[in-house]
Amino acid sequence: MNGRPDAAADAWNGVLVAFSGIVKTYGMGDATVHALRGIDLVIRRGEFLAVMGPSGSGKSTCMNILGCLDTPTSGTYLFQGIDVGALSREGRALLRRHRLGFVFQGFNLLNQSSALENVELPLIYRGLQPRERRRKAREALEAVGLLDRQSHTPGELSGGQQQRVAIARAMVIEPALLLADEPTGNLDSGSSREIMELLTAFNEDRGITIVMVTHDGNMAAYANRTIHFLDGRIDSEVQNGDEPT
Amino acid sequence: MIRETLLLALRAIRRNVLRSSLTILGIVIGVASVIAMVTLGGGATAQVSSEIASLGSNMLQVRPGQGFHGPGGARSAAPSFDRKDVEAIRGQVYGLEAVAPVSTAGLQAVSGNRNWSTSVLGTTNEYFDVRDWPLGSGRIFGEGELRSGKAVCILGTTVGRELFGDGDPLGASIRLEKLACTVIGILASKGQTSFGQDQDDVVIIPLRTFQRRIAGSTDVEAVYLSALDGVSTTSVKQDIEGLMRERRRIAEGKDDDFHVRDMQEIVTALTGTTRVLTALLGAVAAVSLLVGGIGIMNIMLVSVTERTREIGIRLAIGALERDVLLQFLIEAVVLSSFGGIFGILFGLLMALAGARAMSVPFILNPGIMVVAFLFSVAIGVAFGYFPARRAARLDPIDALRHE
Ligand SMILES: Nc1ncnc2c1ncn2[C@@H]1O[C@H](COP(=O)(O)OP(=O)(O)O)[C@@H](O)[C@H]1O
Ligand SMILES: [Mg+2]
Repeated sequence: MNGRPDAAADAWNGVLVAFSGIVKTYGMGDATVHALRGIDLVIRRGEFLAVMGPSGSGKSTCMNILGCLDTPTSGTYLFQGIDVGALSREGRALLRRHRLGFVFQGFNLLNQSSALENVELPLIYRGLQPRERRRKAREALEAVGLLDRQSHTPGELSGGQQQRVAIARAMVIEPALLLADEPTGNLDSGSSREIMELLTAFNEDRGITIVMVTHDGNMAAYANRTIHFLDGRIDSEVQNGDEPT
Repeated sequence: MIRETLLLALRAIRRNVLRSSLTILGIVIGVASVIAMVTLGGGATAQVSSEIASLGSNMLQVRPGQGFHGPGGARSAAPSFDRKDVEAIRGQVYGLEAVAPVSTAGLQAVSGNRNWSTSVLGTTNEYFDVRDWPLGSGRIFGEGELRSGKAVCILGTTVGRELFGDGDPLGASIRLEKLACTVIGILASKGQTSFGQDQDDVVIIPLRTFQRRIAGSTDVEAVYLSALDGVSTTSVKQDIEGLMRERRRIAEGKDDDFHVRDMQEIVTALTGTTRVLTALLGAVAAVSLLVGGIGIMNIMLVSVTERTREIGIRLAIGALERDVLLQFLIEAVVLSSFGGIFGILFGLLMALAGARAMSVPFILNPGIMVVAFLFSVAIGVAFGYFPARRAARLDPIDALRHE
């Protein structure tokens, strides 16, 4: 176990996330789309989980529910023992604010703001004072090797650099769970390797739990465990050897 | 948090300077007209009251006809006054200081090759007492000149300047249509009325001269009179009304066919005109403030659509609905406050120019400036709320997917 001490998670015996019978359908009647057809999944604290599967198999839907951005049609989702289904919109927003980090395929940085300001953003919503905020944001940028680019806007950075800023933004709040939906999908293999090394380092050194969607087996190889989605179900599961239990 | 939101709003506005300026134009115009109108109105009121004070608040005017219709109003239907009415007032009304019959005509005054169209006023020496208007040089009319209707005149400074330039008009001869008369005096300068009417643009001749040589009748157009100090103008007014009803044989229950105005009424008439103007400008201001508010709402809706993705990012990384609501509300309020500030500055400039042009005093009114500013803030809140709420209610997933 290389996780951080976390009372709620410890009480749960190292389990961070538990999905049981998660179903998500879109639309009604003939037009109903079954995005998730009943997912049972346990993610342990400190785990690095890769999610693979063909396009349209429900990976992103699953990530959105994990990230408390979306709610399942049925089933229960426990996060650190909290029943997310019982939370209000505001409760879920607060959970995102304090526990969750996001890295997207398209980076999703604020284009008008500098790298430093982008990393500061989650800390503003956490109510940190400007000096403390700037210090933490600089630290995070340093950790991804971009301190010298702190005043550049995303437009002045390469794709790989933008994704590293996005990772710094996700990491700056030291989230319990980092969700990365195809983080290397828009990047060349060199940048992809840098991103994966960063994620692995955060997972191993800081014990941050990571769930990452990828189409690339080489990227999935960095994870402890890989699950394969097929048509809204988990089709198969592979341990990568150095699993943390 | 508020500080960051404020900086964010300023940055968003700076990014679109042109668009933001056009957006606040409605508010600028609305606020500017309110400020200009109230400031000018305040100056005009102050001037009217100081003018009234200088005229003497104890002056009254009696005219045939009903109410205050201005020159040539409903007066013609009612029988005119004549010399006997003036004598009756002088003899039978208690507490009068001076009584002056007055008749006027607009005429061309000619001296050599210069001419000037002015207002010719036939009256007696008591007119100078009623109006509290001394001569600058020369002399008033002699008893004989008044009685026999001599061709002599006293000029207002404007007429003197227009006909004689720098030369001395005293003793010179001018022509008022067919009447050639000798200048015996020059009035002191009295300046403009609050309507911009030049009081010095006048030629005064004896009433009898006016009646014989210009009007061709013994009618008297109006009687100007002043009450003694300590005598109430209201009681004088009542006495005159009683007397004139008797003289003109107006049956009980019938309306007067003449009118006695005291200064209070003249003030009301003057401010009444400004009130119409105020209402008109007020309507313009209200409409442009409404249009300005709708403009802000429109541009904020556009802004929300343009920045849907940004809103999605903020919601995903921990912004609450109220954080986003506040962000857009503050942006709208900052916009409208800018409108208010520029409107106030612009309005003061307009008032300054207007005060110069109308030669009324420029009196700052801090109260209305505060009210106008608060009002523009309120417009930002009122019209920014709907777009801000739309932004806050966005679904984070949809917003993130938005291109
Ligand atoms: N908002 C939505 N409305 C309707 N259908 C949706 C929506 N989001 C996803 N889907 C459908 O759900 C299924 C799973 O989508 P998704 O989770 O994005 O797949 P993946 O990320 O594995 O490619 C797809 O068939 C997709 O069309
Ligand atoms: Mg996907």
